Amino acid sequence: MEQQLRKMNYRDALNEGLREALQKDERVFLMGEDVGRYGGCFAVSKGLLDEFGPERIRDTPLSESAFTGAGIGAALGGMRPIVEIMTVNFSLLALDQIMNNAATYLHMSGGLFNVPLVIRMATGGGKQLAAQHSHSLEGWYAHIPGIKVLCPATLEDARGMLWSALLDPDPVLIFEPAVLYPMEGELSADAGPVAIDQAKLLREGKDLTLISYGSCLHKCLEAASILAEEGIETDVIDLRTLRPLDDESFLASVAKTHRALIVDEGWRSGSLAAEVSARIMEQAFYQLDAPVERICTAEVPMPYAKHMEEAALPQVSSIVATARRMIDG
Amino acid sequence: MTTMTSKPGQALVNREQSLHFLRQMLRIRRFEEKSAELYSAMKIRGFLHLYIGEEAVAVGVTEALGSDDAVVATYREHGHAMSRGMSMAAIMAEMYGKIDGCCRGRGGSMHLFDVEHRLYGGNAIVAGGLPVAVGLALADQMQNKKSVTCCCFGEGAMAEGEFHEAMNLAALWQLPVLFVCENNFYAMGTALQLSESVVDLTSKAAAYAVPTATVDGMDVIAVAEAAEKASDTVRETGGPFFLECRTYRFRPHSMFDPGLYRSRQEVEGWKQRCPIISLIRRLKDKGWIDDPGLERLEGEIATEIDSAVDFAEQSEWESVEDLTRFVYSDAGAN
Amino acid sequence: MADFTMPSLGADMAEGILVGWRVEVGDRVKHGDIIAEVETAKGIFEVEAFSDGVVAQILFQAGPEAIPVGTVLATIVEDGADSISPPVAAERMRISPAARRLAVENRIDLDQVKGTGSGGAICLADIEGLIGATTAKVPAQKPVETKTSSDFKSGMRQAIAAAMSLSNREIPHYYLATDIDMSRSLRWLEEENRQRSIRDRLLPVILPLKAVALALKKIPELNAHWVDDQLQLKNEIHIGFAIALRGGGLITPALHNVDLLSLDELMAAMSDLIKRTRSGKLRGSEMTDAGITVTGLGDLGVRTVFGVIYPPQVALVGLGKIDEQPWAEQGGLSVRPVLTATLAGDHRAGDGHQGAQFLDTLKRILQEPEAL
Repeated sequence: MEQQLRKMNYRDALNEGLREALQKDERVFLMGEDVGRYGGCFAVSKGLLDEFGPERIRDTPLSESAFTGAGIGAALGGMRPIVEIMTVNFSLLALDQIMNNAATYLHMSGGLFNVPLVIRMATGGGKQLAAQHSHSLEGWYAHIPGIKVLCPATLEDARGMLWSALLDPDPVLIFEPAVLYPMEGELSADAGPVAIDQAKLLREGKDLTLISYGSCLHKCLEAASILAEEGIETDVIDLRTLRPLDDESFLASVAKTHRALIVDEGWRSGSLAAEVSARIMEQAFYQLDAPVERICTAEVPMPYAKHMEEAALPQVSSIVATARRMIDG
Repeated sequence: MTTMTSKPGQALVNREQSLHFLRQMLRIRRFEEKSAELYSAMKIRGFLHLYIGEEAVAVGVTEALGSDDAVVATYREHGHAMSRGMSMAAIMAEMYGKIDGCCRGRGGSMHLFDVEHRLYGGNAIVAGGLPVAVGLALADQMQNKKSVTCCCFGEGAMAEGEFHEAMNLAALWQLPVLFVCENNFYAMGTALQLSESVVDLTSKAAAYAVPTATVDGMDVIAVAEAAEKASDTVRETGGPFFLECRTYRFRPHSMFDPGLYRSRQEVEGWKQRCPIISLIRRLKDKGWIDDPGLERLEGEIATEIDSAVDFAEQSEWESVEDLTRFVYSDAGAN
Repeated sequence: MADFTMPSLGADMAEGILVGWRVEVGDRVKHGDIIAEVETAKGIFEVEAFSDGVVAQILFQAGPEAIPVGTVLATIVEDGADSISPPVAAERMRISPAARRLAVENRIDLDQVKGTGSGGAICLADIEGLIGATTAKVPAQKPVETKTSSDFKSGMRQAIAAAMSLSNREIPHYYLATDIDMSRSLRWLEEENRQRSIRDRLLPVILPLKAVALALKKIPELNAHWVDDQLQLKNEIHIGFAIALRGGGLITPALHNVDLLSLDELMAAMSDLIKRTRSGKLRGSEMTDAGITVTGLGDLGVRTVFGVIYPPQVALVGLGKIDEQPWAEQGGLSVRPVLTATLAGDHRAGDGHQGAQFLDTLKRILQEPEAL
C-alpha cells in the first residue's frame, strides 16, 4: 500500500498531536504561558484557541509552580491536563511541584492517587540564548523515579508521543529540543500514537553504536553518514524515552558492535550519558572491545558568542573524530 | 470583599452538634497524646507534628464540608484526617509503618491520603499543597461539579511564592477553593512578626481580590460558623475564599523541638483558652454534659485508641519485595 | 644508570650463585656498600656496589642456579633520577573485556598475543584472528610461510591449510615469469614523490598494483571465478591483496575497483585496508569479491614468487623485490632496477598464452608510468 507522505515541520507535528488529543478526549486541556492568544512561545499551539476555546487552551500567569501544581490537582480531579512550561529553564520554578508532588503522590499514598499529567517543555541550547536559556536538563529529570521522561527527536515522535503520554496513568514530561521546531520532514498521512517505552534503531552498522536522543541524535546521524564513507558502519540509537531507559536496545547493539559512543547535550558529570555508560558497563562489560566514550556539553554555563557556544555543544566533527579514534585505536 | 469576625465563647445552639464537636476534638487530642507516647517508645518514627491546641480548626472547618468536597492538608494533618472520617486504626497503622496503614506505611505521619474522604495529603513542603488544591478546584469547575476544595496551611506558607501564585490563579480563574490559614503564630520557631512585613494576613489574600474572614480558632463553634459562611460563599460565587483561624499549638513544632522561641507564660496563656476545656465548660453550663457523661466519652475514645494501637501492632510489615511498587501505576515501568 | 653484574672475584671464576640480597628496590646505595652475597667455589663473598644511587630493579632472586659472570643482576639509577622502574610486578595487560572473554573461551595464551588496539591493547580482532573467527569466511590463499609455532592448531592456519589443499588438489596450475625494467617507473615515482609531503608519498608497490588492474582490462579472463566448471568473468576489478598479520597468518581482502582509482586514491585505499585488516574491521564483501590476488614478498628480499591460486579465483600475480640487476639491452649491459612478476594460472580456465599476454601487457604498462 502506498504511504501518503505530507511535508511538515516538527512544530506542525506537535500541533497536530495536540489537536488530535484535544479532539479525542474532552478531559484534555492545555495550559501554560502564552499558549492561547499568543499561539505558544514557539507557535506550537497556534490556532488551537480558536478551535477549542479559552477553557481548554488556557493562558496562565507567569506562575510556573502554581499552574504546574494546578495541573497535578486537575489530574487528580479527573482531567487530563497538558501543562506547557515554556522552556526547561523555567521548569526550575516548578521543580517543587514536579519532584515533590507529581513524582511522589502515587508512592506516598501507597498507590491511592496516580497523577495522569503531561508536562511539555522546550529544551536545549544552540540558539545563542546564553547561560539562563540554554539548559538541557532532561537527563537530570530522568533521575527522578515516579515520572517518565520523553524526548521526541523525529516528526513521527513529535506527532505521536503526546497521545501515548496522555494514556499513561502517571506524570510524563516531554522535552522538545527547541532547535528542532523548524525541522522539515515528511510524515505519513496516517501517522498516529507511538510507543513510549522503547528506544529505536535508526541506522544499522556493525562497527560502533552511537547512542543519543533529541537534537544530538541528528548530529549522530550526520556523523554516521560521514563515517560510512570511510567504511565505518554505525548503529544509531534514538533513546526516545529517557526514563525508564530501554536498556535492551543499546545492550543488543553493543553486543553486535562491541563499541559505544554516547552523545548527550547534558553536562557530562552525572549525565544521562553517564547512566547509559554505567548500564553498558554493568550489563555488557564482556562485550566491550573498547572503553565506552561520551560526548557531552562542556561543563560551563552556556556562553552567548556563537563560536563559544559551538565549542561547548557536541558537534558532528567531534562525534566523527571520536568514532574514528575508537575504531582505529 | 467580606470580612467576618466572631466573638469568643459564642453561645451554643445545638446540643447534638456541640457534643459531636467535643467528641471529635477529644478523639484528636487523645489520639495525639497516645502518638507522642508511642513516639517516645519508638513505635512511631520520622517526624511527628502534633495538632494539640489547634483541634477546633480542623473540626470546625470540616463541619462545613460535604463528602464530595476535597481536602488538601499539611504535615500536621492527623486532625483533618480524623475529622474527615478516616479511622484511627488506618492512621495509627500508617504511623507504625504497617501495611494496613492508609498508605501501606509509605507515607507516615506527614502523608495521610484517603480516596473515600477525598484527602489529598499530607503535603510536607510548606505551601506545596496550594497549587494542587487550585488544580483540584479547576478540575471540578471544568467538569461542572459543585464541590469545594478546602486547602489548609499554616501562616508560614504565606511567605512562600506558591501561596501568592496559587491565590492569584484561584482568583483569576475564579476557582472554588476554600483557603484556610491556620495561623498559630509561629513558622516552626519564627514568630509571625519576624517573618511577615504585614502581619494582617487577610490583607494578602485581599490583594488578590479574594474575600476574607478572620475567626477565633480556639472556638470550634465560631470556626464552624465562619467556615460554613465561607464555604457557602465559595459555592455561591464559584470563586475562592480566604479564612484565617487564629490558633495556637500547645506542643512544640515536632517531637524534637525544645521550644526556645516562646515563653512559658505565653504558652500557658493560650492553654487557658484550650478549645476543648472551654467547650466542656460551656456544655456543662448548658447542662448538656456532666462528669459521668464526660467519663463515658473519654472511655469510648480510649477504647477506640486502644483498638487502633492493637490494630497497628497486629498489622504486618509490607514485604520488601514490594519496595518498587507504586513508583509507576504499571509495576514494570521502573 | 649502572648495572650491577655478577662480579668476577678471581681470574678463574666463571660463574657464581646468588645467595641473597642485602638491598631492596628503592634502597639508596653508596659506592662500597655491601649489596649482595655470592657463593663461588671458594666460598661465600660479600659483594659491593661500585656506584652511588638507588636500586631500580632486581633482575634475579637468590637461588641455587649458577649465574655467569657479567650477567646483570640489578640496576642502580642515579639518585634523584625519576625513572625508577616499578618493582617486579608486571604491568597489567591492556586487553578489552570482550577480547579477554573470547581468549579464555578458546584457551588462548594471552602472553603470546600482540595487541593492535589503542595503546597496544589486545582487542577482539586480535583474538578472532588467532582463532580464525574472521577467517572462517575467508580462507587465505597461500602457504607462503612455514610456521612452526603453536598456531598450526589455530583456526586461521587450518583455514589456510584447507583452502590451499583444495587449490593444489583441484587446480592445475601453470607458472609464468617475466622480468620488468622498473627504471622508468621508479624515476617517475621519485619525481612524483618529490612534490608530495611525506605522508602523501606513493609506495613503489602501487605502480604494479594499478598496472595489474589495467592489464586485466585487456585480459579479462584472468579476473574471474571458476565455479561449477565454468568461468564467470567479473565485471569489476577487485584485487585481493595479501596482508600478513602481526600475530601470524595472512588475509587477502579486496581492494575495490582498482582500475578506477587514481594512484593517490589507491594508496589511501591500501593504507586503509591494511589498517582495517589488522584491527579486524573488514567488511564482509571485501573478503569474498576479489577476482584475482596479488601477493608481494619483495619486502623480505624474495625475487620470484610462485603462488598458489586462491579458489575460486583463476590467477595469482606474484611480485618480487625490485632489485638492481644486470640488464642486457641493445647489445649493451647496464644495471637496472628489475621486478620479477609471476603469474600462477588455472589451466582449466585458460592457457599459458593468455597468461603470457597478461604479463607482457603488465610489462608494457609499467614502461609508461605517467599513464597510470
